[in-house]
Amino acid sequence: MTTATVSRWDRFRESFFWYSFKRDKVAIASFAVLLLMVLGAVFAPLLAPTDPYDLAQINIMNSELPPVGMSGADTAFPLGTDAQGRDLLSTILYGTRVSLMIGFGAVVLQAALGILFGLLAGYLGGKVDAILMRIADVQLSFSTLMVAIIVGAVFKASFGNLMFGEIAIYMLIFIIGVAEWPQIARTVRASVLAEKKKEYVDAAKVMGFGTPRIMFRHILPNTLSPIFVIATVQIANAIISEAALSFLGLGMPETQPSLGSLIKSGFDYIQSGSWWITLIPGLVLVVLVLVINLLGDWLRDVMNPRLYKG
Amino acid sequence: MLAFLVQRISQAVLVMFVISVIAFAIQDGLGDPLQEMVGMSVSQEEREAIREELGLNDPMVVQYLRFAGNAIQGDLGNSYFYSKPTLEVIAEHLPATLELVIGASLIIVFLSVPIGVYSAIRPEAWLSKFFMGVSTVGISIPVFLTAIVLIQLFSIGVTVDWFPADTGWGRWLNDVFTTEGGLPSYGRGDELTHLFGTWESGFFTTEGILHLLLPSISLASIMLPLFIRLIRAEMMEVLQSDYIRYARAKGLSSGRIHFLHALKNTMLPVITVGGVQIGIMVAYTILTETVFQWPGVGLMFLEAITRSDIPLIVAYLMVVGLIFVITNTLVDLVYGLVNPTVKLTGKKA
Repeated sequence: MTTATVSRWDRFRESFFWYSFKRDKVAIASFAVLLLMVLGAVFAPLLAPTDPYDLAQINIMNSELPPVGMSGADTAFPLGTDAQGRDLLSTILYGTRVSLMIGFGAVVLQAALGILFGLLAGYLGGKVDAILMRIADVQLSFSTLMVAIIVGAVFKASFGNLMFGEIAIYMLIFIIGVAEWPQIARTVRASVLAEKKKEYVDAAKVMGFGTPRIMFRHILPNTLSPIFVIATVQIANAIISEAALSFLGLGMPETQPSLGSLIKSGFDYIQSGSWWITLIPGLVLVVLVLVINLLGDWLRDVMNPRLYKG
Repeated sequence: MLAFLVQRISQAVLVMFVISVIAFAIQDGLGDPLQEMVGMSVSQEEREAIREELGLNDPMVVQYLRFAGNAIQGDLGNSYFYSKPTLEVIAEHLPATLELVIGASLIIVFLSVPIGVYSAIRPEAWLSKFFMGVSTVGISIPVFLTAIVLIQLFSIGVTVDWFPADTGWGRWLNDVFTTEGGLPSYGRGDELTHLFGTWESGFFTTEGILHLLLPSISLASIMLPLFIRLIRAEMMEVLQSDYIRYARAKGLSSGRIHFLHALKNTMLPVITVGGVQIGIMVAYTILTETVFQWPGVGLMFLEAITRSDIPLIVAYLMVVGLIFVITNTLVDLVYGLVNPTVKLTGKKA
């Protein structure tokens, strides 16, 4: 067992993947920043000075304190406080956690849907292909954000505010996952079309394997690298979509804020001069999305230089 | 060509049918017209009688056909909040959104073409690299955040005193980063010119244009990076082609080559993508209008959601769906007309 892991580690260290990563400063820097943010989000309960979900720790007297470095700041709140007196550093750590959770969850869901439909469309072809891809075309022409807003609006109207707030995380994962599946399905379908002409697929057919087995065990592993690339970029897109939905009030409630709902709640106070409540979470959101996009760009160059940029 | 036309139009009708089914399902699933019409005191029997009279007990298909028939005749019900026909409400809000989209499109066209062409002609110049870097960052900034930053900078204003004010360069740097603010960031202003029907335009007064400025820049910012990259990529490809080389050999001036010969062929794919993107911009108008309290259809839709104004939500879906379908079909048809190499009918590759 140990020998297997060692050899795998060695193989990784000698791979082109690791080689090109070491030589790309932008990729290293992006990865470092992303790692820092993910760790901060995962360990938010340990790192955050206060628990923003715990009403007992919030004092309304501390509301709208500016970040350290400006007059009137309190060193207990390094990034200042929001209008409810919550420590901004803590809410941002917890907010990044919520945003990342929704981003990953939505991409897992859209990858599942996209892989399934993409495989079916590409491998079976014919009517299945025509119907699935037509649905994908129509959905994409409406833009994924529009679809997400409409589905979100319908859910909110049918569940009511309170109920929607409680299950908002799952709702958002579902909404964004369903809205964005065509992106992955198209990529999968394109690689399946190329793969299914190859000899190993014919060999598998001759050996009498069933269609599901050929699709999932033989073709799918060979289409994974473009899926991986597009999934990375899709995480960034999902985080932006979540922020947009939350900003419109169709996402996370203020009591359990994501980065988007932090920006939204801060926006109401920007006219009174408290720019930090909205702009600091905004900056965190932009950095998070930017480093994921940069990593995605790098992955695309490494894994397949000819892949279409989605 | 006729077969192509018929194919595209029947496809558009099919998509519109699906949208109307979804809209009908939303109306049926969420709205109970009875609750809006009668009070609490009405007895169960009376309610049943009204239901029967309104046709709410009819089979689904019959109810859908009635809904679709009314929709085709331009009747999508009355808004609960405005208590007038929903289409009238939308018609009142539509000009504001259209002006926002026009403003943003103007900014996109006048910035993306020169920048894209420049960075294609001189890909190694530092200015091109700067534009490419900015557009990478630009893609990562959500539209509502751009809007908020613009409000902070140009409406509220920023006073910078990070640099020592007792030195000349310190004062200069402080001045450079300090912004005045003062631009309007709320609504469309009072001085609107009445054009026709429900169209009140902000294009003809200084105040109207000032109000339009920040919202259209925000809306343009989301599409600008995409268009710059697209024009650059297409232009670079065109510049590689033989006819450009012959034009150079013939001794034509570089300005004539770039802007007359190359740009023409660059714009073809750009126009198709652009047509589709203008449809997609409708989604972003919801965000932009929310930030700037711009009284267009996007803000109206969002308010309809908070007020559970189901008929208005449904009408918005139908109208926006129609706009999407029409723009997409037109773009397809225009592309088929302009580019003779496109395969008009037959299966998609």
